Amino acid sequence: MMPEFTFWLPVVVVGTSLLAALIIFALPEAQQRTRSVLNIGAAVVKLAIVAYMVQLIMAGDIAETRFEIVPGIDFLLRADALSMLFAGLSSVLWLFTTLYAIGYLEGSPHRSRFFGFFSLCVASTMGIALAGNLFTFLIFFEMLTLSTYPLVVHRGTEASLKAGRTYLRYTLSGGAVLLTAVALFYGLFGAEAAEFTEAGGFQTLGEGSEVSLWLTILFFMFIAGLGVKAALVPLHGWLPVAMVAPAPVSALLHAVAVVKAGAFGIVRVVYNVYGIEFAWQLGVLLPLAILAAITILWGSLQALRQIELKKRLAYSTVSQVSYIVLGVCLFGPIGTIGGLVHLLHQGIMKVTLFFCAGNYAETLGIHRIDELDGTGKRMPLTSIAFTIGAFGMIGVPPTAGFISKWYLASGAFAAGMNWAVLVLIISSMLNAAYFLPILYRLWFKPQKQPWPDEQIAAARFETHGLLLWPVVATAVFSIAAGLFAAHAFSPLTWATLISVREYLP
Amino acid sequence: MMPLLLIIPLAWAILCILLPQRWLSLTIRAGLLLQVGAALLLTADVYVNGPIEYALGDWQAPLGIALIADGVSVTLISLSAVVALFVAFYAQSYLQRYEHEQTYFWPLFWFLLASLNGIWLAGDLFNLYVGLELLGLAAVGMVTLTGEKPALHAALRYLYAALLGSLAYLAGVAILYGAYGTLAIPQLGELLDANITTFVAIGLISIGLLLKTAIFPFHYWLPPAHGGALAPVSALLSALVVKASFYILARVWLDMASEINSHVVLYSAAQGLGVLGAGAILWGSWQAYKAAQVKMLVAYSTVAQLGYLMLLFPLAIGTTAVAAGLAWQGAMLHLLAHGFAKAAMFMSVGTLVLAIGHGKVNDLAGVSHRIPISLFAFGLSAVSIMGLPPSGGFNAKWLLLQSAMASQQWWWFILLVVGGLLTAAYVFRVFRISFVEKATHEFSSTSSTLDFTALALAAIAIAMGFFSQWPLSLLQSSGFQGGGL
Repeated sequence: MMPEFTFWLPVVVVGTSLLAALIIFALPEAQQRTRSVLNIGAAVVKLAIVAYMVQLIMAGDIAETRFEIVPGIDFLLRADALSMLFAGLSSVLWLFTTLYAIGYLEGSPHRSRFFGFFSLCVASTMGIALAGNLFTFLIFFEMLTLSTYPLVVHRGTEASLKAGRTYLRYTLSGGAVLLTAVALFYGLFGAEAAEFTEAGGFQTLGEGSEVSLWLTILFFMFIAGLGVKAALVPLHGWLPVAMVAPAPVSALLHAVAVVKAGAFGIVRVVYNVYGIEFAWQLGVLLPLAILAAITILWGSLQALRQIELKKRLAYSTVSQVSYIVLGVCLFGPIGTIGGLVHLLHQGIMKVTLFFCAGNYAETLGIHRIDELDGTGKRMPLTSIAFTIGAFGMIGVPPTAGFISKWYLASGAFAAGMNWAVLVLIISSMLNAAYFLPILYRLWFKPQKQPWPDEQIAAARFETHGLLLWPVVATAVFSIAAGLFAAHAFSPLTWATLISVREYLP
Repeated sequence: MMPLLLIIPLAWAILCILLPQRWLSLTIRAGLLLQVGAALLLTADVYVNGPIEYALGDWQAPLGIALIADGVSVTLISLSAVVALFVAFYAQSYLQRYEHEQTYFWPLFWFLLASLNGIWLAGDLFNLYVGLELLGLAAVGMVTLTGEKPALHAALRYLYAALLGSLAYLAGVAILYGAYGTLAIPQLGELLDANITTFVAIGLISIGLLLKTAIFPFHYWLPPAHGGALAPVSALLSALVVKASFYILARVWLDMASEINSHVVLYSAAQGLGVLGAGAILWGSWQAYKAAQVKMLVAYSTVAQLGYLMLLFPLAIGTTAVAAGLAWQGAMLHLLAHGFAKAAMFMSVGTLVLAIGHGKVNDLAGVSHRIPISLFAFGLSAVSIMGLPPSGGFNAKWLLLQSAMASQQWWWFILLVVGGLLTAAYVFRVFRISFVEKATHEFSSTSSTLDFTALALAAIAIAMGFFSQWPLSLLQSSGFQGGGL
């Protein structure tokens, strides 16, 4: 009985969102309650199954779905430790983003369409998390592109349509490069090598120079294809433009779905396809680390120049996601921990910041940073959450961001890449430079003018409950992930577990 | 089971002429179900027992007419049965506004289906010719249905192209008969010599079939005919009719001429066919991108998609067995996925046009709010047409890519990747407009049958992304697997 049961688990996880999406599409616009129940129900069920699969992994059992899809190539979903890291993040944040989105979109048109594609988006993200080989990964990676487009253009304005076009140009081209790379990889090395294994499929160099030349070329094609979504400079152009989307979409894009899918793909390629040791021997990690460093600094510098709050956050994402990539490139278990744990930490903190930006915009009509003067008094809880998120991004203890940066810096030292430490320090200073003025405006500047467009009056709470509580929750997580980093169920513990397995085949 | 697949549609064609209007709806549905049932039974039979031959009236070949059902033919029979089923349900609802057209649509529909089945089952060149002629006439008849001037004009062009194509084909067949004294494909396969007569014959046959398949640069007749016809007609024409002549072309090159097709003349010609395919992909996509009318966009998309099928020849001829096998599977899967997806696309676009009253792409603003299901069906079918995963179109593209790699023909690899991006460029024109909030039009209400039949076909195209192993294993079980094997 048991193996049959676990065979279906990964499919069920992806399927819950897929099924929810299909039912939601069919629901009439007015059935708000049914839709909300369905949304939240699916999110909770998913979370429960993911928790169960984590238990299975702890017990040493791995749920796996596999069947042949075209001759010689399997469709493979597998719940290994790394996939649970990403799946756990998306299922937790999906729940909160769903709650937030229900509050955010209350009374606006096209909600069936919105939540339908929203669920599809999450289904694709779960597929990406659970994909067990490159082919399956590619399927869900492209599905994510398609299901996000309607969310980006959701408002249907000229600006959002333009953003949608930019988004597609970047992601579809990236997808084409990735398809080429994956197809070449299968053709050259076979389906066996394309399966994700814990120490990677390649063990030692020495199969001749032509093979390593191909592997190097393919590696950079993979990075180019995945790097579009991960917003590596110079492929990041779509991300700031996509800011016109509604706040829950931005939160999803930046914290869970698109950007993370790219970063997660890079993690998969480095660790589970090439293998970290092999990639190190091949000499491809240093160029990637340099690219990540450039992205980190460039993103921060651009963020400084923005006057719109969401745009500043967007460039901050460009910079922060490359911390993950940098961590991946630091050869050594500590750097790996730093990279992997930041995958989670950045998600929790960024989602908090975007929720806050959405709250300011929805409640008071604030979009620009100079309009934020004195908002701390009017919206204290939101502003506290924003402050926690911002401190996390800078890396102030005891937030989650501190843990990430600590491990990244130690990892860089351990790997003998002292320049990377310098990059981290400069970047933290830049982070402070673009976040601290916002905090100063929130808390210490008096309100100068009436709020641009106050839509939700202050009642018992500063804003609508469904907008407020998800923010508070994720802010609490951002602190807890730092405070209780040594606890058995913290992101850090899980990342350490994975890292140990990567280096001990 | 095999003769039933010809008898049922022919009988129903006559029934549709004779029976009074009020019995029609039910009769048609019964016929459709019988047809699908027969197709599935035959498919199961071939799947279990392998290829089956049937001599009509017990006259053995070469004198009599032999029907052959192998893995390929039953796959195509199932494709046409399923597509026809949904198109017919769609048409029953769609044609309620076209009282006059309805009376002629149904007999032509059944004739079309009969001639398609005849082609899928035919075992010799002459029967293929007969099937092709009938098919062409039924298709032209369907284009003329509305009786409007542009439609008649398009139909006339279609008719000339079809007749010219038949003429060239028949001339080639006559030469072969004169030289070898038989028209049965298996026998010709053993007899064929690599000499000038054979080359001329194959050349004539190929030109005729290219004309009928509307392969660039012979595609000129297709966009007005497919774009101008009624939506269910366009769906049948694009999904099935053009595939019939392609199927014959594939049979001629990879089955009949499989012994000699690595000869330098045929090998180069196969590369030439690939070049035509490349032209079709580039030119068709560009025209689709420029098209002002949404139905013309979809019609040009067919021109482009047919180009992918042409890649079968350079990938399967004169290459290794592995490359040829992959190319054959990829091309057939593409044919199937495109059949389902393009039918769904024409049907959903037909609903959109019906709702806004005309077909300008730029006037589709607001449809995502008013006709979401049809737009969603369009979206799903577009995923397959673009060759993005998960869809049958993607798996087909994947197989073709692998084949291009296995045969070291990098240029086709690049073409496949670029072609996908070009397709995305024109498809997203429609999506983009549809998300605009401000509706510029009055919307008339449409029946939900129209929505859901299109959605079902699109869903099949998507589901093939996960279950393409089924049709592929059926194809492999056939005797005919393409050249090189």
